[in-house]
Amino acid sequence: MNAAHAGRAFLAILWRELLRFVQQRERFFAALVRPLVWLLVFAAGFRATLGLSIIPPYETYITYDVYVVPGLIGLIQLFNGMQNSLSMVYDREMGSMRVLLATPLPRGYLLFARMLSGTAVSIIQVYAFLAIAALCGTEMPPSGLLPLLPVLVLTGLTLSALGMFLSSRIRQLENFAGVMNFLIFPMFFMSSALYPLWRVREGSVWLYELCRFNPFTYIVELVRSTLYLQFNATALAVVVGTLVLFGALALIGYTPARGGPAAGRAGAGG
Amino acid sequence: MDAASGRSEPAGAAAQDGAPVLRVSGLSYAYGKTKALDDIALDVHPGRVTALLGPNGAGKTTLFSLVTGLFDSRQGEIEIAGQALRKARSRALASLGIVFQAQTLDLDLTVEQNLRYFAALRGLPGRAARQRIGELLAEIGLDDKARAKVRTLSGGQRRRVEVARALLDRPALLLLDEPSTGLDIATRRWLVEHIHQLARDHGVAVLMATHLTDEVMPQDDLVVLNRGRIVAAGRVDAVIARSGAADLDAAFTRLTSAKQAETS
Repeated sequence: MNAAHAGRAFLAILWRELLRFVQQRERFFAALVRPLVWLLVFAAGFRATLGLSIIPPYETYITYDVYVVPGLIGLIQLFNGMQNSLSMVYDREMGSMRVLLATPLPRGYLLFARMLSGTAVSIIQVYAFLAIAALCGTEMPPSGLLPLLPVLVLTGLTLSALGMFLSSRIRQLENFAGVMNFLIFPMFFMSSALYPLWRVREGSVWLYELCRFNPFTYIVELVRSTLYLQFNATALAVVVGTLVLFGALALIGYTPARGGPAAGRAGAGG
Repeated sequence: MDAASGRSEPAGAAAQDGAPVLRVSGLSYAYGKTKALDDIALDVHPGRVTALLGPNGAGKTTLFSLVTGLFDSRQGEIEIAGQALRKARSRALASLGIVFQAQTLDLDLTVEQNLRYFAALRGLPGRAARQRIGELLAEIGLDDKARAKVRTLSGGQRRRVEVARALLDRPALLLLDEPSTGLDIATRRWLVEHIHQLARDHGVAVLMATHLTDEVMPQDDLVVLNRGRIVAAGRVDAVIARSGAADLDAAFTRLTSAKQAETS
């Protein structure tokens, strides 16, 4: 693979994703408003009712809005991963996916470039959200913001890989809304995004076990520990494992259908 | 395939000098248990237009999906500019320009943005890309539409842009999958003339799928595909003569309906 060619192609894919994001003003607006509603409305209500003891990585008592920030960062990237997936299904229906995949570059590289571009868009949203949250009075350690960047690349890629895998399985755009609702909300609610796991266990042991098997829990915990300059090896291992798993499944999903007795119909015309 | 003898020889190979730009041999493909292509062999030579003529469902789009690497078959070989698609996918696809049957431009980008995006995907450096885009837009008569959103263009204008896009990095092989679908007569005429001009003046090897006999020129190479098999191949007049028909329309009807009667 020619490095200059690969670089140009990546920049083109990134440029197209960014342009799409900026052009779709409603998407830009919704991406910012969604976590802010959770932070400013939901967290404000819970602040008064939910007490949080000192749990790692926090070294003192915190307010609920501080607790929920890593979960909302995860939510932004989760929505973005699904949005990316939706746009891949759309591209496939519109035919531009064919143009991309017929490009003389390795298929794996093209899919990775697409995932990384979507991740870049999600990172812009995360930092915009953090800036507004800080302006609204939510306390965050500024020293954690820079180390957070590589972690956001990793978590963003993981959720993009999940989205890409889904897009390879979903044949029609119409089916996508159902899948998104079926996936996003359980993943978000059955995780440590909104409540610490020890609190969940107090309420329901089976829900606690589900949360422990949810990769999104580890995404949130990796973000949380990094923001407070702590290293969470378990969370890192689970997130990397999830990325490898869904990345491989997505690559298999986008591997050309082989013609043979077992080949599935991948769309044919004349 | 030599339809008369049943031998698997490349269609379009007769009376040609030099190496073919596209060589397909022994290619078969199935959707589950349904065979879509059966033992396809064809050559496409530089400076020649090869018309792949077949009714709907003949397997033309499947063949194009295989040649562009979107599908993969375990049976048969595809070589583009001497590079085996299975072993050297990127090098093989580097010589290929394609116009898909369905419209594949990004409607929310301008004409120029679409072309720049594709030029970067093909690895063209910025300055070379800008220059080439200017040339091609002038060639297709849309230089005044460079900044127009594709959404605002007519179907014919979009198709012209797609032809320009396929030619951005001067491919040795141009594939067009039913490029005139949904176009008015004037645009169809322009398209067919432009494609022949590209072959004649620039030595591009063209493989054009169509089901319309009036898009085939007397000087073209012809491959007739029906139900996944090549039923006739050669120069247009030779195919007509061999079929015993008076013209291409009648020959096409005879070749495709005879096969249907035979298989039904």
